[in-house]
Amino acid sequence: MSEPVLRIKGLRKSFGSLVVTDDVSLDVMPGEMLAVIGPNGAGKTTLINQISGLLPPDAGTIMFDGADVTALPPQARALRGLARSFQITSILPSFSVLENVALAVQARIGSSLRFFGCAAAEAKLNQPAMAALEQTGIADRAHVQAGELSHGEKRALELAIALAMQPALLLLDEPMAGIGREETDRQIELLLRLKGKLTMVLVEHDMSAVFALADRISVLIRGRVLRTGLPADVRADQQIVTAYLGEQME
Amino acid sequence: MTATLFLVQVLNGLQFGVLLFLIAAGLTLVFGVMDFINLAHGVQYMLGAYLAVASYGLVGNFLFALVLALLASLGFGLLLEFLVFRHLYERDHLDQVIATFGIILFLNHAVRMIWGAAPLNLPMPEAFTGTVQLAPGQLYPVWRLVIIAAGIGVAGGLYILVTQTRIGMLVRAGATNARMVSALGVNIKQLFMIVFGFGTMLAGFAGVMIAPIISVEPGMGTNILILAFVVIVIGGIGSIRGAFVAALLIGLVDTLGRSFSIDVLRLVMAPSPARTVGPAIASILIYVLMAIVLYLRPAGLFPARGR
Amino acid sequence: MAGAAAVAVGGAGSLRRPRHVALPAVIFAAFALLPAFAALTAQHYLVDTGTRIMVFAVAAVALDLLVGYGGLISFGQAAFIGLGAYAVGILSTAGIADALISLPVAIAVSMLFAWITGIVCIRTKGVYFIMITLAFGQMVYFLATSLAPYGGDNGLTVEARNTIAGWPVLKNDTAFYYFALLCLLASYLLCRALIASRFGRVLRGAKENATRMAAVGFTVQRFQLIAYVIAGGIGGVSGFLLANSTEFVAPAYMAWQQSGELIVMVILGGVGTLDGAIVGSAVYLLAEEWLSGVTENWQVIFGPFLVLVVLFARGGLIGLSTRLSTRLWRRLRP
Repeated sequence: MSEPVLRIKGLRKSFGSLVVTDDVSLDVMPGEMLAVIGPNGAGKTTLINQISGLLPPDAGTIMFDGADVTALPPQARALRGLARSFQITSILPSFSVLENVALAVQARIGSSLRFFGCAAAEAKLNQPAMAALEQTGIADRAHVQAGELSHGEKRALELAIALAMQPALLLLDEPMAGIGREETDRQIELLLRLKGKLTMVLVEHDMSAVFALADRISVLIRGRVLRTGLPADVRADQQIVTAYLGEQME
Repeated sequence: MTATLFLVQVLNGLQFGVLLFLIAAGLTLVFGVMDFINLAHGVQYMLGAYLAVASYGLVGNFLFALVLALLASLGFGLLLEFLVFRHLYERDHLDQVIATFGIILFLNHAVRMIWGAAPLNLPMPEAFTGTVQLAPGQLYPVWRLVIIAAGIGVAGGLYILVTQTRIGMLVRAGATNARMVSALGVNIKQLFMIVFGFGTMLAGFAGVMIAPIISVEPGMGTNILILAFVVIVIGGIGSIRGAFVAALLIGLVDTLGRSFSIDVLRLVMAPSPARTVGPAIASILIYVLMAIVLYLRPAGLFPARGR
Repeated sequence: MAGAAAVAVGGAGSLRRPRHVALPAVIFAAFALLPAFAALTAQHYLVDTGTRIMVFAVAAVALDLLVGYGGLISFGQAAFIGLGAYAVGILSTAGIADALISLPVAIAVSMLFAWITGIVCIRTKGVYFIMITLAFGQMVYFLATSLAPYGGDNGLTVEARNTIAGWPVLKNDTAFYYFALLCLLASYLLCRALIASRFGRVLRGAKENATRMAAVGFTVQRFQLIAYVIAGGIGGVSGFLLANSTEFVAPAYMAWQQSGELIVMVILGGVGTLDGAIVGSAVYLLAEEWLSGVTENWQVIFGPFLVLVVLFARGGLIGLSTRLSTRLWRRLRP
């Protein structure tokens, strides 16, 4: 019986009188892909923000790799191996694609307090960066300015940056958002290749992606986990379908 | 240090604080709603004083001079907004700093060219030239009390305006999230103009009220501008309530600090070093206060949400 | 067009290599040759002007590091000039007048002040940062005005320029000029190296997207504080040079208007180019000299000029010249 990579217990968050995270408890086991689904406004991104450290919870604990990280800032969690991609693409547009990823390598390798030498030319940083770019299929765009990439390529870059961190846990916040069918299929393919090797939490709206990738699914409605279970079970659960569709009808 | 002397300095501190509030209120609104750093706000204050002096020369009556100066201040402020500021709302803070810095340079020296460098004076209205007896032998100028009353009145009026009226609600919403307000269909350009004009008038009003007791000269807006910025930073950008609290706090700390620093230090050290160290500490007291507040609350005491 | 503008503003190192040797080489060559030109045309005052430009350029270069590459709009850079200058002045009054002592002290005092105030400043963002740096600058200014034993408001005369290891080399204006040039070159090269280094890359990344940088594991504030301290130290060098060149130290050196003028110099030349800081300093100080000869109230002309620069000349003079030369190239090769 292995220890969960991520264990969330009793997480609570409200903005004034609006409760966005209502007593959420989740376990993510090593190597598994847990999908978190729910209608718009269910609190999925808020949950991810609390896990990654951008938002402090009002109550509850977050255990990552056995250690309590609830009070740690995002960068501390990142260095422990917690990587995330953002729903709204968050890259460095004026840097080259390669440098975007090389920076993630630089953070992991440490010793950024180097005041001399040309960082952009360091093979030690560029090689692992290129490897991550190759994994996500945009290695041919390595020297392009990141701001000039297409939307789909930028999403791939987000993923490459996360992969370069060699994370123990990867949080994916709606990676399929706003990209076409072809790109979506490519992303699914990529994530399938990573499955088993990497522990992941996937927040997504695209149901075909969710059912193609998830080992388990958690359904979040109005900040509360309605049910966590196997995809087939969740799919068949009438209660969830009504709750989900009911929410959407509102 | 007697009780009445202390009272006098407290009143002076309140008067200074109220003045700071009048200037800071406009600044924090413009900042909060338009995210616009207006270094030139201090010259609006200076302009208010100069326009009052000029108007007084024309009409010979303080009240009419006040009204004329306020209208002229407003007009001038709106002109600046139209010509320069509205092109800067979308630009980053750096550009705003430079542009408004340029306007300070221009106006400080334009004023000098028009009115000369020698300090000018504005006569007080007859009714308020007297003094009031706080205690046997301790007199206090009525005009300073008028300033305090006027400031508190304006603060009260602003509070009602901002919390009870529709326009006030729009301003508060704008201070929290201007994009959203605009997306909701509100004519954001008009809102900005109103906010800006109002802030300008407040600063001009402060200039007119202070003119009778200080010398009106070029560059008088400079030091008070920095203090006004300290006020809004401590109070929290976009918050009128914060500006009020912080302004009074700073007014009191600065005034009492300057008056009693030497005496307080004399409790722990010899008179001679106290006389050197005292004024030095007094002059930096408010900056130390600001540093402490910002260390504990990097967004000020009452920040408008969403910034 | 977007490409050229992006290249001009703190972009990826490898994309900017070609322009980056030609322009600074020309600038420094011009400075190196100025005294000879001055001697030939018998205009000795040019050496003084050149020295003055270089003194402020040192502080401006450090400021561009903060503003242009770090995104930290410091309105208190003049405080470090003042601290460096007062270090020289106070030591001189105490009988210590050698650069081997006063220069390190000037740098150390500035860096210490930068570190202590930086701890508070760096916790703030945006306007709060601008205001708090401004306020700390004012704080030092008022402290200086209340230092009665050191001249207070009126300032302090420094007996003579610092010696170097006992030798009065700096007494000669031309020798001092080259010493200042050396300081400028060193500051410039240091900043250039910093920008391209691992450290600089984190700083530049944080300017663009601090959330992303934290998400990959960087404690952004630590890097910003270090940059702030370095910029403060270089400001102290500028103060050392200023005190020595004018042989006078005054609170006015750290007035907020002086901080404002430094920002203007950086913007005028082109923020985020480093060369722009030097060009901007030269243009600003020359314009000031020329215009004040024309009219006493030259700011009435300069003020609106600044507004126009902000509104219409993005990227300052270097940005302007890049756009013009790009257009020229386009015309020449159809």
